[in-house]
Amino acid sequence: MAKPQKQIMSRGIQRHEDISGYSFMLPSLIFFIGFVVAPMIICILMSLTDANMQGNALLGNFIGLENFIRLGQDPVFREALWNTFLIVIVSVPATCIFSLWVSSRIYQMNSFSRSFYRIVFYLPVVTGSVAVTAVWKWMFDNYSGVFNTILNGMGAEGINWLGDPRYALWCIILILFTTSVGQPIVLYVSALGNVDKSLIEAAEVDGANNFQVFWSVKWPQIMPTTLYILVITTINSFQCFALIQLLTQGSSGTNTVMYHIYYTAFKLTEVNGHFGYANAMGVVLAIAIGVLSAIQFKLAKEK
Amino acid sequence: MKRRIALMMAGLMTLSLTACGTKPADNTPPAADSGQSKQDTELSLWTYPVGQWGDQATVDKLMADFKAETGITVNVEYLAYKDGDDKINTAITAKNTPDLVLEGPERLVANWGAKGYMVDLSDMLDEEDKQEIMPEALAACTTEDGKVYEYPLVMTAHSMAVNLDAFKEAGADQYLDLETRTWTTENFFKAVSALEAKFGKNIAAVYCGGQGGDQGTRALINNLYGGTFTNPEHSAYTWDQPENVQAITELLGTKGINFDAAIVGGDEIANFYKGIFKMAFCWNIQQQLNPNNANGEPGKTVNGEEIAFMAFPTASGDPKLQGGIWGFGIFDNGDAAKIEAAKTFIKYMADSAHTVDAVKTATFFPVRSAAEGTDLTNVWSDNPIMGDYQVLMPYLGDYYQVTKGWSQARTSWWTMLQKIGQGADITSTVKTYNDEANAAAK
Amino acid sequence: MKSRNKQISFYGVISTILLVIIAILFLFPLYWIITGAFKTGADIYANEVVWFPREWTLKNFELMLNKRTSPLFEIFGMQGPVGPAAYRWLINTVVMSAGAMVLTCLTASMAGYALAKKRFRGRSIIFGLIVCAMALPKQVILIPLLKEMAALNLTDTLWAVILPTVGWPFGVFLMKQFSESIPGEMLEAARIDGAGELRTFNTVVLPLVKPGIGALAIFTFINAWNDYFMQLVMLSSNEQYTISMGISTLMGESTIDMGVLMAGSALAAAPIIVVFLIFQKYFTQGITMGAVKG
Repeated sequence: MAKPQKQIMSRGIQRHEDISGYSFMLPSLIFFIGFVVAPMIICILMSLTDANMQGNALLGNFIGLENFIRLGQDPVFREALWNTFLIVIVSVPATCIFSLWVSSRIYQMNSFSRSFYRIVFYLPVVTGSVAVTAVWKWMFDNYSGVFNTILNGMGAEGINWLGDPRYALWCIILILFTTSVGQPIVLYVSALGNVDKSLIEAAEVDGANNFQVFWSVKWPQIMPTTLYILVITTINSFQCFALIQLLTQGSSGTNTVMYHIYYTAFKLTEVNGHFGYANAMGVVLAIAIGVLSAIQFKLAKEK
Repeated sequence: MKRRIALMMAGLMTLSLTACGTKPADNTPPAADSGQSKQDTELSLWTYPVGQWGDQATVDKLMADFKAETGITVNVEYLAYKDGDDKINTAITAKNTPDLVLEGPERLVANWGAKGYMVDLSDMLDEEDKQEIMPEALAACTTEDGKVYEYPLVMTAHSMAVNLDAFKEAGADQYLDLETRTWTTENFFKAVSALEAKFGKNIAAVYCGGQGGDQGTRALINNLYGGTFTNPEHSAYTWDQPENVQAITELLGTKGINFDAAIVGGDEIANFYKGIFKMAFCWNIQQQLNPNNANGEPGKTVNGEEIAFMAFPTASGDPKLQGGIWGFGIFDNGDAAKIEAAKTFIKYMADSAHTVDAVKTATFFPVRSAAEGTDLTNVWSDNPIMGDYQVLMPYLGDYYQVTKGWSQARTSWWTMLQKIGQGADITSTVKTYNDEANAAAK
Repeated sequence: MKSRNKQISFYGVISTILLVIIAILFLFPLYWIITGAFKTGADIYANEVVWFPREWTLKNFELMLNKRTSPLFEIFGMQGPVGPAAYRWLINTVVMSAGAMVLTCLTASMAGYALAKKRFRGRSIIFGLIVCAMALPKQVILIPLLKEMAALNLTDTLWAVILPTVGWPFGVFLMKQFSESIPGEMLEAARIDGAGELRTFNTVVLPLVKPGIGALAIFTFINAWNDYFMQLVMLSSNEQYTISMGISTLMGESTIDMGVLMAGSALAAAPIIVVFLIFQKYFTQGITMGAVKG
């Protein structure tokens, strides 16, 4: 889109744009700076100190990059960082592909079934993490859970789903998955419904098969939706905290950076400089996420 | 239509503004004049679920009685063990701590007291109090330099439990001495084998999904071959002793006992109530006394099988049970009037004619023989289950939970059990995590 | 529909069956919550899976509602009648979610418009910051946020949960995407008519981005409702709890009563599901329009 205003503006107009622009930005900026940017700056400062829960001072003694050096040597943190990215790397594409598949199945159905499926897949999103987690915990139970009952019924050995590091993180990813596909499906259903029909027909006249029609006609047209879904799913995957706090408390190889920050800050209160250390983890995660977002947007812009 | 939506939004907004804007009165900064009468003093008390102290109906009554006598209002918040510590730690960070808290020395003395958040209560203890209170309990509530950060109220011994009917069915009841409630390590393993032959693989679990109920796994492993968790001076953790390593090795190699990283103490109890596990390691009088939610009878599983509490098995025949001591501490919020009122509260609950009620609410045993002339030795004479349980009290062992670095040690402990359950080398893993805990104890 | 699509293909049959199975799996947790809430203790603690209550009971609800009491509301220091705390928690949750929703929609629609249509200096820096901060989990700034709330004397109030939610810049991003589509000529026309900035915003911009505001409203409401983490950290008293917090504190360490938990969960989920069912049409319209323009 060409933007004529982009050209050099006279000083007076620029002044006017500045004033009106910032006036409209102001309410939002107060909240954004007050409750996101400022805490982030404090977080960075704290990460350079040995701040503790103890004492009234906001910052502790300045210790340079010591916290970050310690982080590099901390196997628990490394595992948490790896798990965090594993969750994102697995759940983001899985969510996108699955929701695209479901949407492509349901978008041509009659409006009742379409609504029905949309609601079904959205329900776990609105049911609430505490409730959903409690049910899943029950279903995954080693001794009398639904899954093991079924496995036993088929004559197989039960699996200690949440107690076995080979499975526990995947269980978390599965639950996260069920609570994240709702919105993408809604989005894809309408995006597919809006694809220009004449283009599809033209392609079919040319003898294209279903897959070719999808790839060359539909896919480019739903690209903006896909990008948007990628963004919200990534955000959602990074926010995954309640599942871990309520299900495994970070045990059985399910620790993530988000949970480990909380644990270090408020459980391991005897470890010296634990606030500074927890903040250093936050800074590392924030940098990683910032880079990831920048890449995503770079890609989005190029399209 | 648009206007209506706008109106609705505005309405919602004002509603939310006003509703959020009001804060409980006890959050306002302390009044400058500290000579205000007790009449309008309000205290906040946070309690962990210590027996019925987690039950609002019961506690409300106690607080109403207290208010009738002193005019002091107490607002109670109920913490869960799962995230209670986090809540208090966030409250400390946010300078929002309660005036009073009901818990044990590992938190009040070794953690928050040692960090300087608590008020020293030693001036509340006169010579008479010191004679009435069990010396071990008082010692656990006192720091090395003589500061008392917890005024003890009740205590108990943590034990284990067995499904007696299942034991009989498997012919394993011969290994239990129901008189002394003790058994030997050898018999314990024999019983597990007999039960395993009869009922299959899920006889008991060394649960290690988190810190919940970890006193049970600690006591089991320490008792089997006579190891200890810390040194007697409470300055270092000692679970890398060969006795403990041997116990862990034996447990790991025993069919019927799972190292289960998916559950914690509470889940273990639930599975025991269901009749799945035939033994539970996370047990005390509270579980024995209070009926489970599925049926109304105390001391029975869901299917009505009889539950017997037992000491942990030992090779020597001399179990060392892990004690639990609960009492009150005062957070130093810098308001002399509130601290004074809080002391009035503690005196009323823990050292007066009303102590009987406070003790009975906790469903544990009193830490003192008498309180201001009221004899407390027979508080539970009307309750046969409590009477039976008294058998275990002499086995009370060292109260080592006040060792420095306690919360790190708990984390290291369950992480270690998990790693071992997953097949890590026992000796080196035990050593690694014991060292980790010791690093925090320095 | 084309005749080719009507042919029953092997893939078509398999995928439809698969879809139905997956749909059932997605419905199962909710089914389990609802039936679990009405199961007796014997069914809940049974050794095997009880797929359907053998006997229906309201005992779980009774237990849950009687466990804690609290004044039902509190406005300007005036307390409402004392009732089951679970109702207070529901009221708190609604107030909190609605508060966050209203404030977010208000600030985000203004900021989104400015970012899309105003050429003020520093705009790209602000937008860059917003994009980077969007995916930032709140755990990262947990400790500073807590200290900040303490300094503002807001801990243990619903504000402590609302304010960071409003600060989260996703709404601004979303509204910027919507506002991009406002035709410049309409703004120009309004200005020529002599309309001030605020009037232009009210009469031209707002009607055009209305679907976006609707989407953002529902999105924020549901997000705030489910934001267990902020509630866990910021709220500490019975009177300030939200329903998720309240339910999770009903589970002590040694007595996990699944029946009570399921009853509480059903109570917590019911209102939000009803809200969703009523508004789902607007919701789907809203989020679709925003995204397609992305």
